[in-house]
Amino acid sequence: MHTEILGIFLIFLLSVLLAWPLGRYIVSVFQGEKVWSDFFSPLERWIFRLAGIDPHQPMDWKQNMMALLGTNVFFFLLAFLVLVLQGYQPFWNPVGLGNWEPTLAFNTAVSFTTNTNLQHYSGETSASYFTQLLVFCWLQFVSAATGIAACALLFQGLVNRSSATLGNFYHLFLKSSTRILLPLSIVVCLLLTLGGTPVNFEGLQTVTTLEGDTIQVAGGPVAPMVAIKQLGTNGGGYFGPNSTHPFENPSYFTNIVENVSILLIPMALVFAFGFYLHRRRLAMLFFGVMTLLFVLFVALSASQEMSGNPNYTALGLADGQPNIEGKEVRFGPAASSLWGVSTTSTSNGSVNSMHDSHTPLSGGIFLLDMFINAIYGGVGVGFINFFVFVIIAVFIAGLMIGRTPEFLGKKIEAREVKIAALVVILHPLLILGGTALSSYGIQRNPDVGWLNNPAYHGFSEMLYEFTSAAANNGSGFEGLADNTPFWNILTGIAMMLGRYLPIIGPLAIVGSLAVKKPVPETVGSLPPESFAFGAVLLSVILIVAALSFFPALTLGPLAEYFTMGK
Amino acid sequence: MRESFLKLHPRWMFRNPVMFTVEVGTIIMLFETIHVAITVNNLQSAFYNLLITLLLLLTVLFGNFAEAIAEARGKAQADSLRKTRQDTKAKKLWEDGSIQEVSSADLRKGDRFVAEAGDVVPADGEIEEGLASIDESAITGESAPVIREAGTDRSSVIGGTKVLSDRIVVVVTTQPGESFLDKMIALVEGANRQKTPNEIALTILLASFTMVFLIVTVTLKPFADYANTPVTIAALVSLFVCLIPTTIGGLLSAIGIAGMDRALRANIIAKSGKAVETAGDIDTLLLDKTGTITIGNRKATRFIPLEAVSQEEFTRYSVLSSLSDSTPEGKSILELAKKQGIEVPKAETAQADFVKFSAETRMSGINLSDGRQIRKGAWDAIKRWSTQSNGILEELEGHVKEIAQNGGTPLALAVDKKALGIIQLEDIIKPGIQERFARLRKMGVKTVMVTGDNPLTAAYIAQQAGVDDYIAEARPEDKMQYIKKEQQAGKLVAMMGDGTNDAPALAQADVGVAMNSGTQAAKEAANMVDLDNDPTKLLEIVEIGKQLLITRGNVTTFSIANDVAKYFAIVPALFAATIPGLNALNIMALTSPESAILSAVIFNAIIIPLLIPLALRGVKYRPIGASALLTRNLLVYGLGGIVLPFIGIKAIDLIVSFML
Amino acid sequence: MKTLRPILILGIVTIILFGGIYPVVMLGVGQLMPEKAAGEPVYHDEQLVGFENIGQPFDSSQYFWGRPSAVAYNAAATGGSNKGPTNPEFLSLVEDQIDSLLKYHPDKEAADIPVELVTASGSGLDPHITPQGAVFQVQRIAQARGMSEEEIRSLIDQYTEDAFLGWFGPSAKVNVLTLNLALDAYTGPK
Repeated sequence: MHTEILGIFLIFLLSVLLAWPLGRYIVSVFQGEKVWSDFFSPLERWIFRLAGIDPHQPMDWKQNMMALLGTNVFFFLLAFLVLVLQGYQPFWNPVGLGNWEPTLAFNTAVSFTTNTNLQHYSGETSASYFTQLLVFCWLQFVSAATGIAACALLFQGLVNRSSATLGNFYHLFLKSSTRILLPLSIVVCLLLTLGGTPVNFEGLQTVTTLEGDTIQVAGGPVAPMVAIKQLGTNGGGYFGPNSTHPFENPSYFTNIVENVSILLIPMALVFAFGFYLHRRRLAMLFFGVMTLLFVLFVALSASQEMSGNPNYTALGLADGQPNIEGKEVRFGPAASSLWGVSTTSTSNGSVNSMHDSHTPLSGGIFLLDMFINAIYGGVGVGFINFFVFVIIAVFIAGLMIGRTPEFLGKKIEAREVKIAALVVILHPLLILGGTALSSYGIQRNPDVGWLNNPAYHGFSEMLYEFTSAAANNGSGFEGLADNTPFWNILTGIAMMLGRYLPIIGPLAIVGSLAVKKPVPETVGSLPPESFAFGAVLLSVILIVAALSFFPALTLGPLAEYFTMGK
Repeated sequence: MRESFLKLHPRWMFRNPVMFTVEVGTIIMLFETIHVAITVNNLQSAFYNLLITLLLLLTVLFGNFAEAIAEARGKAQADSLRKTRQDTKAKKLWEDGSIQEVSSADLRKGDRFVAEAGDVVPADGEIEEGLASIDESAITGESAPVIREAGTDRSSVIGGTKVLSDRIVVVVTTQPGESFLDKMIALVEGANRQKTPNEIALTILLASFTMVFLIVTVTLKPFADYANTPVTIAALVSLFVCLIPTTIGGLLSAIGIAGMDRALRANIIAKSGKAVETAGDIDTLLLDKTGTITIGNRKATRFIPLEAVSQEEFTRYSVLSSLSDSTPEGKSILELAKKQGIEVPKAETAQADFVKFSAETRMSGINLSDGRQIRKGAWDAIKRWSTQSNGILEELEGHVKEIAQNGGTPLALAVDKKALGIIQLEDIIKPGIQERFARLRKMGVKTVMVTGDNPLTAAYIAQQAGVDDYIAEARPEDKMQYIKKEQQAGKLVAMMGDGTNDAPALAQADVGVAMNSGTQAAKEAANMVDLDNDPTKLLEIVEIGKQLLITRGNVTTFSIANDVAKYFAIVPALFAATIPGLNALNIMALTSPESAILSAVIFNAIIIPLLIPLALRGVKYRPIGASALLTRNLLVYGLGGIVLPFIGIKAIDLIVSFML
Repeated sequence: MKTLRPILILGIVTIILFGGIYPVVMLGVGQLMPEKAAGEPVYHDEQLVGFENIGQPFDSSQYFWGRPSAVAYNAAATGGSNKGPTNPEFLSLVEDQIDSLLKYHPDKEAADIPVELVTASGSGLDPHITPQGAVFQVQRIAQARGMSEEEIRSLIDQYTEDAFLGWFGPSAKVNVLTLNLALDAYTGPK
């Protein structure tokens, strides 16, 4: 058993150790310093010329926002069209898969554009190679790059001293994809291929088993897609069951690679904040707050999974066996819990075990992770979400020491608080509002057949789905029969609002901070690096973000937990 | 008390979104109570609903009560000031020179009036003609009369003060109802109170929390229906009211008013709440040396004659030169000589000519009847006047340098163009001023001394007093320059001033405090007026500002931290009946679901009046460094806010279940 | 059009770059390790009998059985049961599985059953069981194949895979397909 614990320590440590230099590298890329990957520059320059973009033309937050939304709308439209017209694809559709149902296509196009990758379809049965690569693989790059670019704009806004320009979104977007995501994907893809993740165009292969049956095995260009889905906190798997599938994640080695990939860029961006603003101690404080929650959650989840399900014992099985339903023997419960916490806290959404089958408290922790949605968080957006908590914590802590609150020398005033407050309301509104609608719906029509599990667990399934959509996570309590117009449209809307408002809001905040005259820091100003501020920040996250969902958690995971085995 | 009910009017409540929602909740509960009373034939449940309704009403009333108390206190303070300006008779002076007796309320800006010994000044104004001694005790509480004179920096008079002697002609400078005092009274009366920027931001944040909890409670209904654990309206409304930050919501305006009130108590009239709040953010304080850092004016502390001149002779000449000198320096020379046992009868100078200080010669002195000319003045002026050899001058020059280096001011004395020695004048630094500056430094406030002294002297005094910077040989435009420079760097600057030539700087400063004795121009330019004319008041103002913000911040923290316990009281109570397993969450072991909800609502209501004294008194500011202060307040109000309601709710539950 | 141009071009160029060139190049690189790129297929007499990491159904007595699968090891439409831990339907499935195992292994009791033999994996294609899970089946296979229990136990030992680098992850597991192939290839004690 202890090797399982060692295994998750190894994964976590590797992530931190690799994220540090990556953070430094990311800052060099953002700031246009000389880096080893400069051999991409001719290609980038060519693209910019072709697109008529002057990469050094700085823009203010509104122009950047229009660029961000403009590209994303185009991505969405393109994806939607390719999906509803899949039957007409000219190549890379060996099985001849047909057109998608429009609401599913809408949901999926939104899902991949917003970096959510909630999958109401199953990859191997409904998506052609053409769709998998030219839509899904592509969108996993560009949606992640959108997030990273937005984060870079945020950093610049915080650095600015009375200047409105934050940088050029197009420039940051392209560089994020060519300099950060692409090189990392190539490395991870090679490691995965080495570890036995296939990359081919074989279609369905017929296997004659030892017992003489014939079975069909779906293959495909799995490794390249898995690499980017892990790195870009996308989570859109090649196969339905995602990284539980032995082709996506064949061994403990690939599991290490993939789990590190989940955490790598989100962690690196926290460090990047420190390098970019020369506030390394502050970055460490943020990292510390996140890590405290992360480690606590992993410990709770892993201990729950490893101590198993009391209902098994009631059926006569020996005591002390782990809860392995929905999990793979090659990963074991500890690594499944670590992955679960990693994927939910970073809005990745890939899974290496079925979250629906986790013990109630472990499932509750996954929910909590997504309620907070800023423990490292999704690439780029995780830090942006965290920034909103920072603003509120700064505001409260500033008042507590008798000064108009300020952060990094910029005064936090009514305008900033107003925007942060709106973003804070959004999350519970989408999650609880959506779950309330579906609860009401199922109450009106109990035979609607959405739920795979009864009672409290069924409630958790609905809660999880909306949480996952609003948090742009993409994992699911997959028992939910979610490929219906109701779920497709509603979660599609939740994903859109949950993606763009939390990006626009904080950028509007830094847009207004950027032009403010900086206030010098004195011994009387709030020391954000202090332990006490860390405590305020942690309390804000727990009381404001997490506790709002306490009643919902009570009726879902907690009710299930307290009634389990009774 | 009556006020608390009057304030229930929705138009009034709407200003405070948190308490407004509680009022709405109360109305919903009222209808629910009636509904239950009619449809359910169960006296107990109707009673229970009624109880909740009443408790919610009480919560709102407590909030209004807090505001009313704070207003009443402020008003009492203001009223005592206002009493002085009850309608008085005014002697209005017409263009043609005729005088007519009118009511003070009829005086308009620009009107002239006459005030003679025994009159009460009918309105704020500026003396145009004459000089008078005035008793300002009604406003400042200071009983010693002050002199007000036309054309000086002390030319303004305040309505309500009393003229003790002489006759003055005064131009009215404010419309009735628009004087500083009127403005201040409006600030403590909630009606016209403008919210301060931080208060607005906080209200927005609290409103958003209220929205979040509204979502939480409203959606709980379908959740509970799905889980087949129906919840009552009473329980939902109770949960909502307990979760939203009613404590800070109820006390917010009381805290703001109390802040104004504290300023008023310190005899400071703030023109806006914003000014008081800004005072807490001040980074740089410009302080006049004289009166703030040093006691009054320079004093003579030593007579240093030439080696060839005897101490006694030199002292005698010094005294002679100062006998008719009414400047503080001159008086201090006589004092020092007297202490050393040398007194010169006034008769000796009976026929002497007193030579006034002139800017041209920069000397003053006396021409005795026997023809001897005695002069004293700045060293370089005397040096120019004297006809002595270089050797003697060098000896004196040595003394001059030594004195200047030690922060003193050398005053040279010469008789018949022969310098005899140097009188050392020194500033006396106020006792305890170093500690105050150290305190300010710990608050992160930089202190700057403004003085007309030469840089050497200024540096010495600055170092002695412990200020961080100084402006030597300061002219009014230097102050302005300094303020602008600091503001360029993003700092907030406060200064105090009284003269007309201070007005631009007062206007430029983020917090400008004018002395009440100052000119009208200075008072117009400033955003606060100090009735006591006390230059050290700035330090107090900064602390009042900080206290205002700290009180708000800590009550907010306390209020939000309370939610943890309230969740654990109400949420298990909501579902424990149908899902007994959830009783495990009832960590306070509250007796029954009903008593749990009641206890939480009662706690939520009574915590408001319990905190009223704190809101009015304010949370004390401690200059222990931002980090230590945050840690301290976090432990007291954050951790305390989490722990206290657990104890409180449990205690109330014991009482409630005993009574039920 | 002026504002649309950057958007359109960036969109199309990135599709070509990340949807086309990137995967195709990685495919090409993958050909340098064809075995891995193909998903480690297992051939027996030139016949594709499976992939090393893809579990397949075994239900005859002479083979080791893998874990239950929610999709009956259909590798063209994979998935888990997604049953919650308190779902009565799920618990009765587990109970059925226990009963059926006990029927085929009359020498055992419920308390002897390793939990993975009665619970489904997430993918439905889990190729592994624990060594305990293999040992549990020894008597049945020995009977069916006419081999000694010792021989089978030593095969299990031989095919038990250690933790990653000996230190990390689940301490021991057995690949059912590999083990079954070894059973078929077994020619008696050396």
